[in-house]
Amino acid sequence: MSAAAFTDEEQMAVVMARLLRGLRHVAVGALSPLPASAALLAQALDGQLQVTILGSKRYLKFTDGGRELFDCAAQGRIDAFFLSGVQIDGEANINLVGVGDYPKPDKRFPGSFGSAYLYHLVPKVILFRQEHTPRILVPKVDFVSAAGRSPSNVYRPGGPRHLVTGRAAFAFGERGFSLVSTHGGASAADIEASTGFAFERAAEVPSTPPPGAEELAALRGPVKAAVAEIYPAFASRAFGG
Amino acid sequence: MTRLVPDLEALLEPVTDGCSVAVPPDYSGVALAATRALLKRGVRHLHLIAVPQAGLQADVLIGAGAVGTLEAAGINLGELGLAPRFTAAVEAGAITMRDATCPAIHAGLQAAEKGIPFLPLRGILGSDLLKVRPDWRVIDNPYGSNDPIVLIPAIRPQVALFHARMADREGNVWVGVRRELMLMAHAAAQACVTVEEIVEGNLLDDPALAAGTIPALYISRIAHVPGGMRPLGFGEEASDEAALAGYAKAARTEDGFQQWLKGWLA
Repeated sequence: MSAAAFTDEEQMAVVMARLLRGLRHVAVGALSPLPASAALLAQALDGQLQVTILGSKRYLKFTDGGRELFDCAAQGRIDAFFLSGVQIDGEANINLVGVGDYPKPDKRFPGSFGSAYLYHLVPKVILFRQEHTPRILVPKVDFVSAAGRSPSNVYRPGGPRHLVTGRAAFAFGERGFSLVSTHGGASAADIEASTGFAFERAAEVPSTPPPGAEELAALRGPVKAAVAEIYPAFASRAFGG
Repeated sequence: MTRLVPDLEALLEPVTDGCSVAVPPDYSGVALAATRALLKRGVRHLHLIAVPQAGLQADVLIGAGAVGTLEAAGINLGELGLAPRFTAAVEAGAITMRDATCPAIHAGLQAAEKGIPFLPLRGILGSDLLKVRPDWRVIDNPYGSNDPIVLIPAIRPQVALFHARMADREGNVWVGVRRELMLMAHAAAQACVTVEEIVEGNLLDDPALAAGTIPALYISRIAHVPGGMRPLGFGEEASDEAALAGYAKAARTEDGFQQWLKGWLA
Protein backbone atom coordinates (compact mmCIF):
# COMPACT_ATOMS: atom_id res chain seq x y z
CA MET A 1 0.00 0.00 0.00
CA SER A 2 1.42 3.39 -0.99
CA ALA A 3 1.69 6.41 1.32
CA ALA A 4 -1.35 8.18 -0.19
CA ALA A 5 -3.56 5.20 0.48
CA PHE A 6 -6.89 6.96 0.18
CA THR A 7 -9.05 8.14 -2.69
CA ASP A 8 -9.77 11.74 -3.73
CA GLU A 9 -13.38 11.20 -2.63
CA GLU A 10 -12.24 10.09 0.80
CA GLN A 11 -10.08 13.19 1.15
CA MET A 12 -12.98 15.44 0.16
CA ALA A 13 -15.40 13.65 2.49
CA VAL A 14 -12.97 14.06 5.38
CA VAL A 15 -12.48 17.77 4.69
CA MET A 16 -16.23 18.36 4.57
CA ALA A 17 -16.91 16.21 7.63
CA ARG A 18 -14.43 18.26 9.68
CA LEU A 19 -16.48 21.36 8.83
CA LEU A 20 -19.53 19.81 10.52
CA ARG A 21 -17.98 19.47 13.98
CA GLY A 22 -20.15 20.73 16.79
CA LEU A 23 -23.31 21.17 14.70
CA ARG A 24 -26.73 19.76 15.62
CA HIS A 25 -28.33 18.99 12.27
CA VAL A 26 -26.96 18.72 8.75
CA ALA A 27 -29.12 18.07 5.71
CA VAL A 28 -27.97 16.65 2.40
CA GLY A 29 -29.83 17.18 -0.86
CA ALA A 30 -30.61 14.69 -3.58
CA LEU A 31 -27.78 13.43 -5.78
CA SER A 32 -25.06 14.36 -3.32
CA PRO A 33 -23.07 11.21 -2.53
CA LEU A 34 -19.96 13.05 -1.31
CA PRO A 35 -21.85 15.29 1.13
CA ALA A 36 -23.83 12.27 2.31
CA SER A 37 -20.54 10.49 3.02
CA ALA A 38 -19.21 13.56 4.86
CA ALA A 39 -22.34 13.94 6.96
CA LEU A 40 -22.37 10.27 7.92
CA LEU A 41 -18.66 10.38 8.71
CA ALA A 42 -19.17 13.38 10.98
CA GLN A 43 -22.01 11.52 12.67
CA ALA A 44 -19.90 8.38 13.09
CA LEU A 45 -17.21 10.43 14.83
CA ASP A 46 -19.65 12.58 16.82
CA GLY A 47 -22.84 10.72 17.68
CA GLN A 48 -24.71 13.96 18.45
CA LEU A 49 -25.07 15.11 14.85
CA GLN A 50 -28.49 14.60 13.29
CA VAL A 51 -28.25 13.76 9.59
CA THR A 52 -31.06 14.19 7.07
CA ILE A 53 -30.45 12.81 3.58
CA LEU A 54 -32.95 13.29 0.79
CA GLY A 55 -33.37 10.10 -1.18
CA SER A 56 -32.71 7.89 1.85
CA LYS A 57 -35.30 5.94 3.78
CA ARG A 58 -33.15 5.54 6.86
CA TYR A 59 -32.00 9.17 7.10
CA LEU A 60 -35.19 10.99 6.21
CA LYS A 61 -37.44 11.56 9.21
CA PHE A 62 -39.86 13.99 7.64
CA THR A 63 -43.61 13.32 7.50
CA ASP A 64 -44.94 16.49 5.90
CA GLY A 65 -43.98 15.95 2.28
CA GLY A 66 -41.49 17.69 0.05
CA ARG A 67 -41.94 21.08 1.66
CA GLU A 68 -40.81 20.07 5.14
CA LEU A 69 -37.06 20.37 4.48
CA PHE A 70 -37.57 23.95 3.33
CA ASP A 71 -39.87 24.92 6.18
CA CYS A 72 -37.39 23.34 8.58
CA ALA A 73 -34.53 25.37 7.09
CA ALA A 74 -36.48 28.63 7.25
CA GLN A 75 -37.06 28.07 10.96
CA GLY A 76 -33.35 27.63 11.61
CA ARG A 77 -33.60 23.92 12.37
CA ILE A 78 -30.86 22.98 9.87
CA ASP A 79 -27.30 24.12 10.60
CA ALA A 80 -25.51 23.05 7.45
CA PHE A 81 -26.28 22.12 3.86
CA PHE A 82 -24.23 21.35 0.75
CA LEU A 83 -24.62 22.93 -2.68
CA SER A 84 -22.73 22.49 -5.92
CA GLY A 85 -22.83 24.15 -9.33
CA VAL A 86 -22.08 23.67 -12.98
CA GLN A 87 -20.39 27.03 -12.47
CA ILE A 88 -19.28 28.73 -9.25
CA ASP A 89 -17.83 32.24 -9.34
CA GLY A 90 -15.67 34.38 -7.10
CA GLU A 91 -18.71 36.01 -5.47
CA ALA A 92 -19.91 32.48 -4.56
CA ASN A 93 -22.80 32.75 -6.99
CA ILE A 94 -23.78 29.29 -8.18
CA ASN A 95 -25.30 28.22 -11.47
CA LEU A 96 -27.29 25.00 -11.80
CA VAL A 97 -29.30 26.03 -14.86
CA GLY A 98 -27.09 26.23 -17.92
CA VAL A 99 -24.00 27.46 -19.74
CA GLY A 100 -24.72 30.18 -22.30
CA ASP A 101 -27.59 32.62 -22.60
CA TYR A 102 -30.95 31.99 -20.98
CA PRO A 103 -33.51 30.75 -22.01
CA LYS A 104 -31.75 28.90 -24.86
CA PRO A 105 -28.39 27.98 -23.36
CA ASP A 106 -25.64 26.14 -25.22
CA LYS A 107 -25.78 23.51 -22.53
CA ARG A 108 -28.77 23.07 -20.26
CA PHE A 109 -28.47 21.49 -16.82
CA PRO A 110 -31.26 20.20 -14.53
CA GLY A 111 -32.21 23.40 -12.72
CA SER A 112 -31.83 25.34 -9.50
CA PHE A 113 -33.68 22.90 -7.20
CA GLY A 114 -33.78 24.33 -3.66
CA SER A 115 -30.56 26.34 -3.94
CA ALA A 116 -32.10 29.82 -4.35
CA TYR A 117 -33.83 29.36 -1.03
CA LEU A 118 -31.55 27.25 1.13
CA TYR A 119 -28.49 29.39 0.30
CA HIS A 120 -30.11 32.22 2.26
CA LEU A 121 -31.48 30.28 5.17
CA VAL A 122 -29.01 27.60 6.22
CA PRO A 123 -26.24 29.20 8.32
CA LYS A 124 -23.36 27.12 7.02
CA VAL A 125 -23.55 26.24 3.35
CA ILE A 126 -20.61 24.21 2.08
CA LEU A 127 -20.02 24.38 -1.66
CA PHE A 128 -18.49 21.29 -3.21
CA ARG A 129 -17.31 20.23 -6.62
CA GLN A 130 -14.78 17.50 -7.30
CA GLU A 131 -13.68 18.94 -10.63
CA HIS A 132 -11.41 21.92 -10.03
CA THR A 133 -11.01 23.66 -13.40
CA PRO A 134 -11.51 27.15 -14.86
CA ARG A 135 -14.56 25.68 -16.67
CA ILE A 136 -16.30 25.21 -13.30
CA LEU A 137 -14.69 27.94 -11.17
CA VAL A 138 -15.43 30.93 -13.40
CA PRO A 139 -15.06 34.73 -13.09
CA LYS A 140 -18.84 35.15 -13.42
CA VAL A 141 -21.61 32.55 -13.68
CA ASP A 142 -23.86 32.63 -16.77
CA PHE A 143 -26.98 32.26 -14.62
CA VAL A 144 -27.30 33.00 -10.92
CA SER A 145 -29.34 30.14 -9.47
CA ALA A 146 -28.48 31.37 -6.00
CA ALA A 147 -26.59 34.52 -5.07
CA GLY A 148 -23.50 34.32 -2.89
CA ARG A 149 -24.03 37.73 -1.30
CA SER A 150 -26.96 39.95 -0.45
CA PRO A 151 -27.39 43.63 0.42
CA SER A 152 -27.41 44.30 4.18
CA ASN A 153 -31.19 44.83 4.33
CA VAL A 154 -31.95 41.33 2.98
CA TYR A 155 -32.98 38.81 5.62
CA ARG A 156 -30.24 36.26 5.32
CA PRO A 157 -29.16 34.13 8.26
CA GLY A 158 -27.35 31.76 5.91
CA GLY A 159 -24.90 31.64 3.07
CA PRO A 160 -21.68 30.22 1.69
CA ARG A 161 -18.90 29.57 4.21
CA HIS A 162 -16.65 27.02 2.48
CA LEU A 163 -15.79 25.57 -0.91
CA VAL A 164 -14.25 22.11 -1.12
CA THR A 165 -12.95 20.74 -4.43
CA GLY A 166 -10.92 17.69 -5.35
CA ARG A 167 -7.77 19.82 -5.03
CA ALA A 168 -8.36 22.51 -2.43
CA ALA A 169 -10.36 23.87 0.47
CA PHE A 170 -11.40 27.54 0.54
CA ALA A 171 -13.16 29.68 3.12
CA PHE A 172 -15.62 32.36 2.00
CA GLY A 173 -16.11 35.65 3.80
CA GLU A 174 -16.57 39.36 3.25
CA ARG A 175 -13.41 39.55 1.18
CA GLY A 176 -14.38 36.60 -1.01
CA PHE A 177 -12.69 33.24 -1.20
CA SER A 178 -9.41 32.52 0.54
CA LEU A 179 -7.36 29.39 -0.01
CA VAL A 180 -7.10 27.35 3.17
CA SER A 181 -5.21 24.27 2.03
CA THR A 182 -4.50 22.10 -0.99
CA HIS A 183 -4.70 18.35 -1.56
CA GLY A 184 -4.67 15.74 -4.28
CA GLY A 185 -1.09 16.65 -5.13
CA ALA A 186 -1.90 20.29 -6.00
CA SER A 187 0.29 23.27 -5.06
CA ALA A 188 -1.07 26.76 -4.43
CA ALA A 189 0.30 27.76 -7.84
CA ASP A 190 -1.62 24.83 -9.42
CA ILE A 191 -4.78 26.10 -7.76
CA GLU A 192 -4.22 29.62 -9.06
CA ALA A 193 -3.76 28.24 -12.55
CA SER A 194 -6.92 26.13 -12.41
CA THR A 195 -9.26 28.64 -10.76
CA GLY A 196 -11.07 31.17 -12.95
CA PHE A 197 -11.60 33.72 -10.18
CA ALA A 198 -9.21 35.60 -7.91
CA PHE A 199 -8.86 34.56 -4.28
CA GLU A 200 -6.73 35.44 -1.29
CA ARG A 201 -3.88 33.22 -0.20
CA ALA A 202 -1.02 33.28 2.23
CA ALA A 203 2.54 33.09 0.94
CA GLU A 204 2.72 29.53 2.25
CA VAL A 205 -0.42 27.45 1.85
CA PRO A 206 -0.50 24.24 3.90
CA SER A 207 -1.45 20.82 2.63
CA THR A 208 -4.83 19.58 3.73
CA PRO A 209 -4.35 17.11 6.59
CA PRO A 210 -4.93 13.67 5.06
CA PRO A 211 -7.60 11.32 6.39
CA GLY A 212 -6.63 9.90 9.76
CA ALA A 213 -6.84 6.23 10.65
CA GLU A 214 -10.05 6.70 12.60
CA GLU A 215 -11.65 8.71 9.78
CA LEU A 216 -10.69 6.13 7.15
CA ALA A 217 -11.93 3.24 9.26
CA ALA A 218 -15.31 4.93 9.71
CA LEU A 219 -15.53 5.85 6.02
CA ARG A 220 -14.77 2.35 4.81
CA GLY A 221 -16.96 0.68 7.43
CA PRO A 222 -20.27 2.13 8.59
CA VAL A 223 -20.27 5.15 6.25
CA LYS A 224 -19.72 3.10 3.11
CA ALA A 225 -22.43 0.66 4.18
CA ALA A 226 -24.94 3.45 4.82
CA VAL A 227 -24.09 5.35 1.62
CA ALA A 228 -24.59 2.14 -0.38
CA GLU A 229 -28.30 2.20 0.51
CA ILE A 230 -28.70 5.40 -1.52
CA TYR A 231 -25.71 5.48 -3.88
CA PRO A 232 -24.57 1.90 -4.53
CA ALA A 233 -22.47 2.79 -7.57
CA PHE A 234 -20.68 5.60 -5.74
CA ALA A 235 -20.10 3.47 -2.65
CA SER A 236 -18.38 0.72 -4.59
CA ARG A 237 -16.21 3.17 -6.53
CA ALA A 238 -15.26 5.94 -4.12
CA PHE A 239 -13.98 4.15 -1.05
CA GLY A 240 -10.59 2.48 -0.87
CA GLY A 241 -9.35 -0.21 1.48
CA MET B 1 -71.18 8.97 -7.55
CA THR B 2 -68.40 6.46 -7.83
CA ARG B 3 -65.02 7.83 -8.73
CA LEU B 4 -63.72 4.48 -9.85
CA VAL B 5 -63.45 4.39 -13.60
CA PRO B 6 -62.92 1.26 -15.67
CA ASP B 7 -59.79 2.22 -17.59
CA LEU B 8 -57.07 4.77 -18.28
CA GLU B 9 -59.02 6.28 -21.13
CA ALA B 10 -61.78 7.29 -18.76
CA LEU B 11 -59.31 8.35 -16.07
CA LEU B 12 -57.57 10.73 -18.44
CA GLU B 13 -60.58 12.48 -19.98
CA PRO B 14 -59.85 15.64 -17.95
CA VAL B 15 -56.30 15.83 -19.34
CA THR B 16 -57.13 17.70 -22.51
CA ASP B 17 -54.67 19.33 -24.91
CA GLY B 18 -53.13 22.42 -23.29
CA CYS B 19 -54.14 21.27 -19.82
CA SER B 20 -51.98 22.16 -16.80
CA VAL B 21 -50.94 18.94 -15.06
CA ALA B 22 -49.09 18.64 -11.76
CA VAL B 23 -46.90 15.56 -11.37
CA PRO B 24 -44.79 14.26 -8.47
CA PRO B 25 -41.05 13.52 -8.35
CA ASP B 26 -39.76 10.09 -9.37
CA TYR B 27 -39.81 8.71 -5.81
CA SER B 28 -43.37 9.69 -4.98
CA GLY B 29 -45.68 7.71 -7.26
CA VAL B 30 -45.42 8.68 -10.91
CA ALA B 31 -48.37 7.64 -13.07
CA LEU B 32 -46.37 6.21 -15.95
CA ALA B 33 -49.01 3.84 -17.30
CA ALA B 34 -51.30 6.85 -17.50
CA THR B 35 -48.53 8.82 -19.20
CA ARG B 36 -48.24 6.11 -21.83
CA ALA B 37 -52.00 6.22 -22.36
CA LEU B 38 -51.84 10.00 -22.80
CA LEU B 39 -49.16 9.65 -25.45
CA LYS B 40 -51.11 6.92 -27.24
CA ARG B 41 -54.01 9.34 -27.37
CA GLY B 42 -51.67 11.97 -28.81
CA VAL B 43 -51.98 14.62 -26.10
CA ARG B 44 -50.34 17.96 -26.99
CA HIS B 45 -49.27 21.31 -25.50
CA LEU B 46 -49.37 20.18 -21.88
CA HIS B 47 -48.37 22.69 -19.23
CA LEU B 48 -46.44 20.32 -17.02
CA ILE B 49 -45.83 21.32 -13.40
CA ALA B 50 -43.19 19.24 -11.62
CA VAL B 51 -43.76 19.15 -7.85
CA PRO B 52 -41.11 20.31 -7.54
CA GLN B 53 -38.89 18.20 -9.79
CA ALA B 54 -39.40 15.38 -12.24
CA GLY B 55 -37.45 12.83 -14.22
CA LEU B 56 -38.43 10.01 -16.53
CA GLN B 57 -42.05 11.08 -17.01
CA ALA B 58 -41.19 14.66 -17.95
CA ASP B 59 -38.37 13.55 -20.24
CA VAL B 60 -40.61 11.11 -22.11
CA LEU B 61 -43.46 13.60 -22.46
CA ILE B 62 -41.06 16.29 -23.71
CA GLY B 63 -39.31 13.92 -26.10
CA ALA B 64 -42.66 12.87 -27.52
CA GLY B 65 -43.55 16.50 -28.19
CA ALA B 66 -46.46 16.54 -25.74
CA VAL B 67 -45.23 19.45 -23.58
CA GLY B 68 -45.61 23.12 -24.45
CA THR B 69 -44.61 24.64 -21.13
CA LEU B 70 -42.66 23.14 -18.26
CA GLU B 71 -42.55 24.55 -14.77
CA ALA B 72 -39.94 22.85 -12.57
CA ALA B 73 -37.16 23.35 -10.07
CA GLY B 74 -35.15 20.64 -11.76
CA ILE B 75 -35.40 17.79 -14.25
CA ASN B 76 -32.96 14.88 -14.27
CA LEU B 77 -32.81 11.11 -14.26
CA GLY B 78 -31.43 10.77 -10.74
CA GLU B 79 -28.14 8.87 -10.56
CA LEU B 80 -28.40 8.29 -14.32
CA GLY B 81 -27.68 11.96 -14.90
CA LEU B 82 -29.17 14.55 -17.22
CA ALA B 83 -32.65 14.09 -18.68
CA PRO B 84 -31.57 14.12 -22.32
CA ARG B 85 -34.84 14.98 -24.06
CA PHE B 86 -35.45 17.81 -21.59
CA THR B 87 -32.00 19.33 -22.11
CA ALA B 88 -32.22 18.94 -25.89
CA ALA B 89 -35.66 20.59 -25.98
CA VAL B 90 -34.54 23.58 -23.90
CA GLU B 91 -31.33 24.00 -25.91
CA ALA B 92 -33.43 23.96 -29.10
CA GLY B 93 -36.01 26.36 -27.69
CA ALA B 94 -38.69 23.75 -28.32
CA ILE B 95 -40.49 24.23 -24.99
CA THR B 96 -41.25 27.22 -22.80
CA MET B 97 -39.32 26.79 -19.57
CA ARG B 98 -40.52 28.32 -16.33
CA ASP B 99 -37.57 27.77 -14.04
CA ALA B 100 -38.41 27.63 -10.35
CA THR B 101 -36.96 26.64 -7.01
CA CYS B 102 -38.45 23.74 -5.01
CA PRO B 103 -40.08 25.68 -2.15
CA ALA B 104 -41.62 28.16 -4.61
CA ILE B 105 -43.59 25.39 -6.29
CA HIS B 106 -44.70 24.09 -2.91
CA ALA B 107 -45.67 27.63 -1.85
CA GLY B 108 -47.63 28.25 -5.05
CA LEU B 109 -49.61 25.07 -4.48
CA GLN B 110 -50.10 25.94 -0.81
CA ALA B 111 -51.53 29.30 -1.84
CA ALA B 112 -53.93 27.46 -4.16
CA GLU B 113 -55.02 25.05 -1.44
CA LYS B 114 -55.75 28.01 0.83
CA GLY B 115 -57.62 29.82 -1.94
CA ILE B 116 -55.38 32.88 -1.66
CA PRO B 117 -53.56 34.68 -4.48
CA PHE B 118 -49.95 34.26 -3.29
CA LEU B 119 -47.63 33.24 -0.49
CA PRO B 120 -44.52 35.13 0.61
CA LEU B 121 -41.27 33.19 0.74
CA ARG B 122 -37.81 33.94 2.13
CA GLY B 123 -34.63 33.57 0.11
CA ILE B 124 -34.48 33.81 -3.71
CA LEU B 125 -33.49 37.53 -3.72
CA GLY B 126 -30.48 38.06 -5.94
CA SER B 127 -31.20 34.94 -8.00
CA ASP B 128 -31.70 35.32 -11.75
CA LEU B 129 -34.88 33.30 -11.23
CA LEU B 130 -36.49 36.62 -10.29
CA LYS B 131 -35.48 38.01 -13.71
CA VAL B 132 -36.88 35.08 -15.67
CA ARG B 133 -40.00 34.78 -13.51
CA PRO B 134 -41.64 38.22 -13.73
CA ASP B 135 -44.72 36.68 -12.10
CA TRP B 136 -42.69 36.42 -8.89
CA ARG B 137 -42.87 39.83 -7.21
CA VAL B 138 -40.84 41.47 -4.50
CA ILE B 139 -42.52 43.67 -1.91
CA ASP B 140 -41.42 45.30 1.31
CA ASN B 141 -42.60 43.22 4.26
CA PRO B 142 -45.66 45.20 5.49
CA TYR B 143 -44.99 44.00 9.06
CA GLY B 144 -41.40 45.20 9.01
CA SER B 145 -39.52 47.92 7.21
CA ASN B 146 -36.90 47.85 4.49
CA ASP B 147 -37.29 44.07 4.41
CA PRO B 148 -37.79 42.83 0.83
CA ILE B 149 -39.62 39.53 0.46
CA VAL B 150 -40.65 37.48 -2.58
CA LEU B 151 -44.28 36.69 -3.40
CA ILE B 152 -45.10 33.48 -5.24
CA PRO B 153 -48.46 33.46 -7.05
CA ALA B 154 -50.84 30.57 -6.50
CA ILE B 155 -50.37 27.56 -8.76
CA ARG B 156 -53.74 26.04 -9.62
CA PRO B 157 -53.22 22.98 -11.82
CA GLN B 158 -56.22 21.78 -13.77
CA VAL B 159 -55.24 18.22 -13.00
CA ALA B 160 -53.02 16.46 -10.46
CA LEU B 161 -51.92 13.11 -11.88
CA PHE B 162 -50.19 10.48 -9.73
CA HIS B 163 -50.01 6.84 -8.67
CA ALA B 164 -50.83 5.77 -5.11
CA ARG B 165 -50.75 2.64 -2.99
CA MET B 166 -54.48 2.15 -2.49
CA ALA B 167 -57.97 3.57 -2.68
CA ASP B 168 -61.34 2.45 -1.35
CA ARG B 169 -64.62 2.29 -3.22
CA GLU B 170 -65.70 5.60 -1.62
CA GLY B 171 -62.90 7.31 -3.55
CA ASN B 172 -60.52 7.93 -0.66
CA VAL B 173 -56.85 7.55 -1.62
CA TRP B 174 -54.09 6.53 0.78
CA VAL B 175 -50.69 8.19 0.21
CA GLY B 176 -49.05 7.70 3.62
CA VAL B 177 -46.26 10.20 4.26
CA ARG B 178 -46.16 11.27 0.62
CA ARG B 179 -47.93 14.44 1.55
CA GLU B 180 -46.84 16.35 -1.55
CA LEU B 181 -49.49 14.22 -3.25
CA MET B 182 -52.06 15.53 -0.80
CA LEU B 183 -50.89 19.08 -1.50
CA MET B 184 -51.24 18.47 -5.24
CA ALA B 185 -54.74 17.05 -4.84
CA HIS B 186 -55.80 19.99 -2.65
CA ALA B 187 -54.42 22.56 -5.09
CA ALA B 188 -55.62 21.06 -8.38
CA ALA B 189 -59.12 21.41 -9.78
CA GLN B 190 -59.21 17.66 -10.36
CA ALA B 191 -57.07 14.77 -9.14
CA CYS B 192 -56.76 11.71 -11.38
CA VAL B 193 -55.10 8.80 -9.62
CA THR B 194 -53.98 5.31 -10.55
CA VAL B 195 -53.69 2.87 -7.63
CA GLU B 196 -52.06 -0.46 -6.91
CA GLU B 197 -55.03 -1.79 -5.07
CA ILE B 198 -58.71 -1.16 -4.36
CA VAL B 199 -59.46 -2.09 -0.75
CA GLU B 200 -62.77 -2.98 0.85
CA GLY B 201 -64.16 -0.74 3.59
CA ASN B 202 -63.45 2.93 4.19
CA LEU B 203 -59.86 4.14 4.67
CA LEU B 204 -61.08 6.98 6.86
CA ASP B 205 -62.52 4.53 9.44
CA ASP B 206 -59.03 3.58 10.65
CA PRO B 207 -57.35 6.60 12.30
CA ALA B 208 -53.87 5.27 11.47
CA LEU B 209 -54.73 5.08 7.77
CA ALA B 210 -56.92 8.19 7.79
CA ALA B 211 -53.91 10.38 8.67
CA GLY B 212 -52.33 9.51 5.33
CA THR B 213 -55.51 9.49 3.27
CA ILE B 214 -56.71 12.07 0.76
CA PRO B 215 -60.48 12.29 1.25
CA ALA B 216 -62.63 11.58 -1.80
CA LEU B 217 -63.68 15.25 -1.72
CA TYR B 218 -60.44 16.09 -3.55
CA ILE B 219 -60.40 13.11 -5.91
CA SER B 220 -62.06 13.12 -9.32
CA ARG B 221 -61.17 9.80 -10.87
CA ILE B 222 -59.42 6.62 -9.79
CA ALA B 223 -58.31 3.75 -12.00
CA HIS B 224 -57.05 0.41 -10.70
CA VAL B 225 -53.69 0.01 -12.46
CA PRO B 226 -51.30 -2.29 -10.58
CA GLY B 227 -47.70 -1.41 -11.45
CA GLY B 228 -48.86 1.92 -12.84
CA MET B 229 -45.56 3.56 -11.84
CA ARG B 230 -43.21 1.03 -13.46
CA PRO B 231 -40.35 1.02 -14.30
CA LEU B 232 -40.00 3.51 -11.44
CA GLY B 233 -40.20 2.14 -7.94
CA PHE B 234 -42.57 3.12 -5.23
CA GLY B 235 -42.74 2.50 -1.51
CA GLU B 236 -41.17 -0.89 -0.87
CA GLU B 237 -40.95 -1.76 -4.55
CA ALA B 238 -37.57 -1.02 -6.12
CA SER B 239 -37.11 0.67 -9.47
CA ASP B 240 -36.25 -1.45 -12.49
CA GLU B 241 -32.70 -0.10 -12.76
CA ALA B 242 -31.95 -1.94 -15.99
CA ALA B 243 -35.02 -0.48 -17.69
CA LEU B 244 -34.18 3.02 -16.47
CA ALA B 245 -30.56 2.70 -17.61
CA GLY B 246 -31.83 1.46 -20.97
CA TYR B 247 -33.97 4.55 -21.30
CA ALA B 248 -31.14 6.91 -20.30
CA LYS B 249 -28.90 5.36 -22.93
CA ALA B 250 -31.50 5.30 -25.70
CA ALA B 251 -32.68 8.86 -25.07
CA ARG B 252 -29.22 10.36 -25.59
CA THR B 253 -30.11 10.76 -29.25
CA GLU B 254 -33.35 11.75 -30.93
CA ASP B 255 -33.32 8.55 -33.00
CA GLY B 256 -32.63 6.41 -29.98
CA PHE B 257 -35.49 8.05 -28.11
CA GLN B 258 -37.93 7.57 -30.99
CA GLN B 259 -37.03 3.89 -31.15
CA TRP B 260 -37.54 3.56 -27.40
CA LEU B 261 -40.85 5.40 -27.57
CA LYS B 262 -42.12 3.17 -30.38
CA GLY B 263 -41.39 0.14 -28.24
CA TRP B 264 -42.98 1.70 -25.14
CA LEU B 265 -46.17 2.62 -26.95
CA ALA B 266 -46.44 -0.69 -28.83
